[in-house]
Amino acid sequence: MPSLGADMESGVLVQWLVQPGQQVKRGQVVAVVETQKGAVEVEIWEDGLVDRLVVQPGTRVPVGEVLATLAGAGAPPAAAPAAVVAPAPAVAAPPSIPTLRPPPPAATRVKASPAARKRAEELGLDLTAITPTGPHDIIAIEDVERAAKARAEQPPPVVKPPAPSAEGLAAMRQAIGAAMARSKREIPHYYLGTSIDVSRARDWLTAENLKRSVKERILFAALLLRATALALKEVPELNGFWIDGRFQPSDAVHLGLGIALRGGGLIAPAIHDADKKSIPEMMAAMGDLVQRARAGSVRSSELTDATVTVTNLGEQGIETVYGVIYPPQVALVGFGKIVERPWAEAGGLYVRPVLHATLSADHRASVGHRGALFLAALDRLLQEPEKL
Amino acid sequence: MTRDEIRREVIDALSRVAPEGQYDRLKPDRPLRDQLDIDSYDFLNVIVHLHATLGIDIPEADYGKLSTLDATVAYLAAKLGA
Repeated sequence: MPSLGADMESGVLVQWLVQPGQQVKRGQVVAVVETQKGAVEVEIWEDGLVDRLVVQPGTRVPVGEVLATLAGAGAPPAAAPAAVVAPAPAVAAPPSIPTLRPPPPAATRVKASPAARKRAEELGLDLTAITPTGPHDIIAIEDVERAAKARAEQPPPVVKPPAPSAEGLAAMRQAIGAAMARSKREIPHYYLGTSIDVSRARDWLTAENLKRSVKERILFAALLLRATALALKEVPELNGFWIDGRFQPSDAVHLGLGIALRGGGLIAPAIHDADKKSIPEMMAAMGDLVQRARAGSVRSSELTDATVTVTNLGEQGIETVYGVIYPPQVALVGFGKIVERPWAEAGGLYVRPVLHATLSADHRASVGHRGALFLAALDRLLQEPEKL
Repeated sequence: MTRDEIRREVIDALSRVAPEGQYDRLKPDRPLRDQLDIDSYDFLNVIVHLHATLGIDIPEADYGKLSTLDATVAYLAAKLGA
């Protein structure tokens, strides 16, 4: 049973999505687990052959308990019941959605070319929803591109989330409370903020959206996420985890996105490899994640591997975010509302759309000077939106 | 299409993104965002849905004209020539 949050003690195995004898790949969703924070699709962390399913659906299991055994590749199943399912690192996951949705239908193994897998990942497409047209029922990159095109032509599916139960919400509040109490207790926060003139970025996006159909329009938030991911590459001390008394930087940038759920919940699942996504890809990934978060179908990796969190509270009309870091992350980037303000520049006075960006960072992992460089990089990147 | 029909389409589009909204108590002259707690992503989905059902392409520059239910109905009615 993987730990899907520092405060998680046990989970109920709801459903197996694999069977003994089945080949599994690292990252494949193998089971659904109901936690205090809602239903989570658990991914496996190693390649191998499923040997035995130890835990029956409906059973409550403590964290760390073996759920199933894998046989190592090539080894006889009975002789080497080696790895347990999902020995996930005990990291604090952001609180998740309390959900009442029925378990998803059983997955079947998806055959796809590596290029198709990579492309589907980039586009945020679910391989199981793609129909192969080539020989041997293997999904090829053309199938992925066709599915992407079909998706662009369809209105985004509208999700009716289940009404969260009172107990579900209470459990979620408790989980948020535990993670934030730990943050305030353990992390020596420092806070920086700066006002950014976003007239160029906004004008660029307005012109860009004029060229796009309704369904392809991009929200300003996608630009902010893109700029944040690139700025983090310049200041890697803000991207990673504080574990075992030291900072462990992350090569990958997995942007945790604070998503408010209807009914008062909060969840911050990750957009994986955000630094490698173009702005349209970021928009697609963001839309996908928001919908799945509100529908209660986030994956275990999305809940546990965000390397930094972004909170955008501009929608609610506030100008400045003073963020609380999600342990074991070491930074949180906050964005407020874009407001028109008098702006003095080069001896002239103008009215400009201005965005207040803030950084909350862990003083154990970085110093204010480096944090300041991050915000300066963010500003610089947003002044040249065409290069983003 | 009558204004009442347009109104029903708008409420249908809104109820898809904000299903728990109390539409019988919606104040037609007050901002929709505040009353239904919808964000720009939800709003984009409403625009996309209206595009699909009414065939009206609402440019981004006009989003500000859709702040209330009354304003939205008036805007769409003008576009549809209703």
